[in-house]
Amino acid sequence: MSENVKKEKSMILQKEMIGGLFKDLGNAKESGKKVVYTFVPGNLSELIRSFDMLMVYPEINALQSGMRKKSDEYIKEAEKWGHSEDVCTYVKCDIGMMLNGNIGPTGEKIPDPDLLLLSYTGCFTFLKWFENLEKLYPGVPVALLHTPYQENGEITPEMTDYMVKQLKNDVIPKMEQVSGQKFDPEKLKTILQHSADTEDMIVKIFDTTKNKPSPIDAYFAGVYYIGPINIGFRGTAEATGYYKELYSEIQERVKLGLGPVTPEGEMKEEKFRLVVEGPPNWTSFREFWKLFYDMGAVIVSSSYTRVGGVYKNGFRHDPNRLLESLSEYCMGCYTNMNLKQRVDMLAQEIVDYKADGFLVNSIKSCNSFSAGQLLMMRTLEDRLGIPVGFIESDLVDPRYFSYSNIKNRLESFFQMLDQRKLISV
Amino acid sequence: MSKLKELANKCEKLSYDLNFKAARKWKMEKEGRVIVGYMPIYFPREIIHAVEGLPVGILGGGDRKQIIVGDAYYQSYICHIPRGIIEMALSGHFADFDGFIFPSICDVIRNLSGMFQMSGIGKFAKYMDFPQDFSSEIGGKFYIQEMNSVLSKIKKINGVELTTTNLNNSIGLYNKNRKLIEEIYDIRQHSPWRLSAVDTYHILRAGMVIPVEDHNIILEEVLEEIRQDIGEPMDKIKVVITGAFCEQPPVSLIRTIEMAGCYIVDDDLMLGSRWIQGNIDNTSDNPVRAISEAYLNKSTFSSSVYDVGNPKSERLISLAKMRKADGIIFAAPSFCDPALLDNPIYNKACDDQKIRYINFQYHENIGQFKVIKEQVGAFSDSIKLWETDA
Ligand code: SF4
Ligand code: SF4
Repeated sequence: MSENVKKEKSMILQKEMIGGLFKDLGNAKESGKKVVYTFVPGNLSELIRSFDMLMVYPEINALQSGMRKKSDEYIKEAEKWGHSEDVCTYVKCDIGMMLNGNIGPTGEKIPDPDLLLLSYTGCFTFLKWFENLEKLYPGVPVALLHTPYQENGEITPEMTDYMVKQLKNDVIPKMEQVSGQKFDPEKLKTILQHSADTEDMIVKIFDTTKNKPSPIDAYFAGVYYIGPINIGFRGTAEATGYYKELYSEIQERVKLGLGPVTPEGEMKEEKFRLVVEGPPNWTSFREFWKLFYDMGAVIVSSSYTRVGGVYKNGFRHDPNRLLESLSEYCMGCYTNMNLKQRVDMLAQEIVDYKADGFLVNSIKSCNSFSAGQLLMMRTLEDRLGIPVGFIESDLVDPRYFSYSNIKNRLESFFQMLDQRKLISV
Repeated sequence: MSKLKELANKCEKLSYDLNFKAARKWKMEKEGRVIVGYMPIYFPREIIHAVEGLPVGILGGGDRKQIIVGDAYYQSYICHIPRGIIEMALSGHFADFDGFIFPSICDVIRNLSGMFQMSGIGKFAKYMDFPQDFSSEIGGKFYIQEMNSVLSKIKKINGVELTTTNLNNSIGLYNKNRKLIEEIYDIRQHSPWRLSAVDTYHILRAGMVIPVEDHNIILEEVLEEIRQDIGEPMDKIKVVITGAFCEQPPVSLIRTIEMAGCYIVDDDLMLGSRWIQGNIDNTSDNPVRAISEAYLNKSTFSSSVYDVGNPKSERLISLAKMRKADGIIFAAPSFCDPALLDNPIYNKACDDQKIRYINFQYHENIGQFKVIKEQVGAFSDSIKLWETDA
């Protein structure tokens, strides 16, 4: 009972935070707050917040539309508008939503942008997305922050310098102009300190999957856990408070030896521990999760929860290196790491979290994730001798979620894991 | 056989030699030479040329390479070109290549660089980031660093140091190359029957795999022929084709478009060879910077470059008008986010400007052209009829 009350507390906190954000967005015109449209990977939440502006993340809108079963209609709308069936469905879903009045998850209209901040990390489609947005919102200023790719598996001082200069030369002046406020380094410093504190907590939370049974699911529940930092709360005391609460709830579960809480109830027996690569499917999220629940599979680590920042490797926003630190954050996001780094990171997680298998959920929409996944999978299989599995779906296009196909493939994968367990016994 | 046909045939052979014999022969002729393969679209070939290198464009296996292992590297919903490239790499087609450049164009090419790195193909596999910031002090400086990083990799292999004189010389040769290519397009604009689009394609594509000096000779010979009033005009409309800047359509598709009643007066098929519009300064004492400035200020438009402040839709419309085209054909590879996500923007600009267009998708080894032929034929007929009515 007490556990339920505690669990609810973090959930209530999160709900309140998100509700408040959408309320603020709904009131933006009255309050005079400026609105910035930007993306999750490589987001500059802290900088935006330092100018007291509000953030809208088109991918979050798209994923929420997927969960609310609206994406089908929006995607078709964008296709009617001329978009191909073949391209990223996040873009189409978002454009369809805008063409349909831009109504957010709370039923309120999301305000138009005052600034389009194209700080894109690890994906070229963001660039195309914004070119389309620019046409939908003509005349809105655009600031661009180009994040160099870690092609050689490193962040060089030259790369950081390039980003800092862009921030100084284009991004910050545009934010000053739109917000009417001067850049305030002291304010940003305080915000970055909160970010670092939050990031400490995030690492601790995702590290609890080292326990057996794992007290959390680092993929399905993980996407909820990263929600607050990915929608702009990184850098706030609220976020730190939320994560502290969440961590103490999880600690309680560890003490009691409990498995993860799922929409189907608590997972009683942890049969398989998996590391998953690739984003989840949103349109059938619950069904998707249930497939794993039914088989007693817990995800102990996932690359998707690192898409908005990789903190496990030690990165923290640094209040003493303001712009450098923002730049390094952008460059460090998961899809901005080269394939070798991605494989090394996944291999480490498989070892650290004692996973029994590795699974790829390959997303039709997303070349940034998908291109190279098959080689990554084979490399991990060879390197660690671990069973690997492969399923395909899409983020928000329900036409590409085939329940029976995924179920069949997962069943074969779990059979393989079962046999492996028997042999090792 | 006419001289022109002979030249075109020679170029066709070079274009589709998936074993790059001409490049290999060139390398064998002198110690210290290197071959650097580069993926679509644009790469500043001058810097390779200046350090005893031959930059060789890699455009995949097209419809001439059977895919056996490539499909095991890519899901079905990823475009076709990378599977052909990895197939070629794993079956020894790039045996004498020293290194590979993956210019920033999209996530598929970007991740392909990692696949080359992980598979240990070549002495280096470098993803080359192009700046999306177009100021000299920021984007320009970054781009110079990227070029210097490529140069240091080559120096490690052959020990050749870049000199100002050599690079200025290389720039001069590529300036000439672009000038000759543009002259071919200018002639074809008013007299497209003098050189078919297929032959033009082969002539340009050959330039990706042979030394620029040799290609310039071919281009001069071609020009000598087509400056004359040869061939007979036919009743065809003039079109610009766009979207095919990376994965190349099979040549039969280009032929189909021509046969269905179109003269192709401009295209982005060999966009990299025509990327810089005009000359790069070849007299400066900092030629790497000159290349960078040209990239920042003289680049053509492309789906891989963010176009804020200089919309590509306007640039495409200007190009179509400049070429006096009757319409635009948007032909993009299936699953190509960069090309396909541009289409609604382009289509809208065409609607606003009352420019007629059609859209279709292809993949590099498409074998059926009936539907495309009908679509293009209907497009061409409608324009002809429309013009008669008007
Ligand atoms: S391609 Fe992938 S990372 Fe890029 S916008 Fe689409 S879903 Fe996001
Ligand atoms: S065809 Fe398009 S998606 Fe494929 S590699 Fe080329 S640019 Fe990228």
